[in-house]
Amino acid sequence: MKQEFTISLFTEDHIGILGQITIILTRRQINIDSLTASESAVKGVHLLTIVVRTSRELIQKVARQMEKLVDVIKVFVHTCDQIIYQELALFKVTTKGLMSGNIIDHVVRTHHARILEVSPEYIVLEKTGHMSEITEMLNRLEPYGVLQFVRSGRVAITKQVKELNSYLSDRDEENRLKADSLEVMN
Amino acid sequence: MKTEKETEVATANYNGFEHISGAEALLKCLIEEDVDTIFGYPGGAIMPVYDKLMDYEDKLKHFLTRHEQGAAHAAQAYAMVTGKPGICFATSGPGATNLVTGIANAFLDSIPMVFITAQVVSNLIGTDAFQETDIIGISMPVTKWNCQVKTADEIPETIAKAFYIAKSGRPGPVLIDITKDAQVANLDFKYKKCDYIRSYNPNIPLHKKEIESAAIMINHAERPLILAGHGILLSRAEKELRAFAEKTGIPVALTLLGLSAFPSDHRLFAGLLGMHGNYAPNILTNQADLIIAIGMRFDDRVTGNLKKYAKKASIIHIEIDEAEINKNVPVDIELNNDAREVLNELMPLVNENSYEKWIREFRICDKTEYDKVIKPETKPGSGELRMGEVVRKVSDLTGGEAVIVTDVGQNQMYAARYYKFANPNSLVTSGGMGTMGFGLPAGIGAKVGSPDKPVITFTGDGGFQMTMQELGTILHYKIALKIIILNNNYLGMVRQWQDMFNEKRYASTELVNPDFEMIGKAFGIPSKKVTKREELTEALEEMLSYDGPYLLNITVEKEGNVFPMVEPGSSVSEIRLTY
Repeated sequence: MKQEFTISLFTEDHIGILGQITIILTRRQINIDSLTASESAVKGVHLLTIVVRTSRELIQKVARQMEKLVDVIKVFVHTCDQIIYQELALFKVTTKGLMSGNIIDHVVRTHHARILEVSPEYIVLEKTGHMSEITEMLNRLEPYGVLQFVRSGRVAITKQVKELNSYLSDRDEENRLKADSLEVMN
Repeated sequence: MKTEKETEVATANYNGFEHISGAEALLKCLIEEDVDTIFGYPGGAIMPVYDKLMDYEDKLKHFLTRHEQGAAHAAQAYAMVTGKPGICFATSGPGATNLVTGIANAFLDSIPMVFITAQVVSNLIGTDAFQETDIIGISMPVTKWNCQVKTADEIPETIAKAFYIAKSGRPGPVLIDITKDAQVANLDFKYKKCDYIRSYNPNIPLHKKEIESAAIMINHAERPLILAGHGILLSRAEKELRAFAEKTGIPVALTLLGLSAFPSDHRLFAGLLGMHGNYAPNILTNQADLIIAIGMRFDDRVTGNLKKYAKKASIIHIEIDEAEINKNVPVDIELNNDAREVLNELMPLVNENSYEKWIREFRICDKTEYDKVIKPETKPGSGELRMGEVVRKVSDLTGGEAVIVTDVGQNQMYAARYYKFANPNSLVTSGGMGTMGFGLPAGIGAKVGSPDKPVITFTGDGGFQMTMQELGTILHYKIALKIIILNNNYLGMVRQWQDMFNEKRYASTELVNPDFEMIGKAFGIPSKKVTKREELTEALEEMLSYDGPYLLNITVEKEGNVFPMVEPGSSVSEIRLTY
């Protein structure tokens, strides 16, 4: 059975990693629903957040194949209940439409949206939330003339306790101990 | 002209650094990594490296093949027989793309290799310059790691990383693409081997608890079977495997690439697994109550129909690559580690045992296979020569001591089935990729890597013609490779499938062949044709005793089929002995 998974990939900040990741997904015929590339809390570590729909069995195999890549530090796969996540959307709507309906105040209040810019021709609104909430707002605005709409990829924070930095410091510590023990032997 | 002393002064050390070109730095890196043999082919972009190579001829022996694919296969075979990484050079553009089949072949078979390709000067990258190709993008899915180097300074560190990655964990090919300007520019050279990469952890700690559980499972099994693969050879665990099998009394079956990891004449040897493997290990996989899979990956050619595979067995999987565990076959205990380390840990925990009744079942199957397949194949008595009898004759004459190289197809299956391997790493074959044309160039690399042993390539009339330009390499370097063409005038394996599954519609599988002896002779290689059974032994003896390369073109039965066979979609226990 297919379900939604959020993959958090911590990688070295090297060129070409995204290509390696998409090769793995493409071979397994998994479509990317959304993708966000950003820095992480750890300096020099890059974070890719990828949302896909697939089976639990396949996502585990794919995650292991991703983690096997030399430049990938750690891969976490989460279902929605294990993460706190958001997406961001921007709407460009005709001023005429919004004003004639006189709904701008209502939209902003009920959808917790923000007004970013107002001109005689258009109004730009911003909405942060889950995909369903953004879709709801889009549906609401559509009758008034949506000139442009764009939604970002998902960003997610995990609820797990062990953070990446502790994993990384464990790795560095192991290496230091190994180097020390070699020195003692010499 | 500078005197030797002046040159020394020019490159003198200051603060432990040498001021040299990127090209020279590359060669020094290779020497630091104990490389002494390179296979390759020059071209425009890699000229600075080849130019410097002339100054290092005493330390780095370069073999000029006749095509880059040949260089890749030869370097792979060299790696397989020596255990050292195979090194291969090629220029940019077509040089690099010609390597791709060889890289992919090494990737699927986990061979440690370092490919060096040259790239156009860095400011031309991305402009569709002459002989520019995106080899980083092209090789991404078939390398363990790849990296482009655009400045001379990066060369030492990148090469050090390349060797560490290629050799550690599950080995594999890496590719380093070096721009021409990086080869020409100077750097302050100092080499430090790499032993740590933050994002890459090949040294997984042993999980004692799981090892203890595995030992309990092994001690309580009634019909256990070991399935051992290439991982045994890669982790140099042949002795440990043998000791483990002998202590526990468990029979050992091998995958194609695992052949030679366990002696063929050992009483616990259960035979070859897979589509054209032996009858006993295939049938009895589905009777076993415990399967101990070591350094193998449950490839589809080994498992047949997964829905009907080993359903009565618990499975312990000892495998260094975590991504292979639970990939094709769900396992009960995963021991994600090096085969040798795990076997060493398991050894004191397992009981001495013997399974006479279980082993007898193997011998009964062996007898059936011998009567119905092996005897008619190896001792046909009359009729045309058969591939199996040729291979068995070579096996007997060499006492199993030769290094056997194969091409792909029927010749490969017969070589795997009928040669009795006496020593580890004595089979060089293309497993995962099934690359036709592998045999001849791989034979060259194998002979370079094991000069003191007889090296014999079994190839077909089809595969031989895919890379036969490498006869030029044999001529050039006087490589004493023995070549046996098992000639049936067909692409035999495809023809067999057409025979069995396509109502004998032989679409594009019959060959019109050249005079192979004349071709051999044109390259200065003594060549002989064998068509009759009476001539076989003498011809083989002459070939084996000849000091130098030799080609035998042996006419075999035109429409011989390899059996037993697990048909596609069938279960391993439905293996057929006849057709």
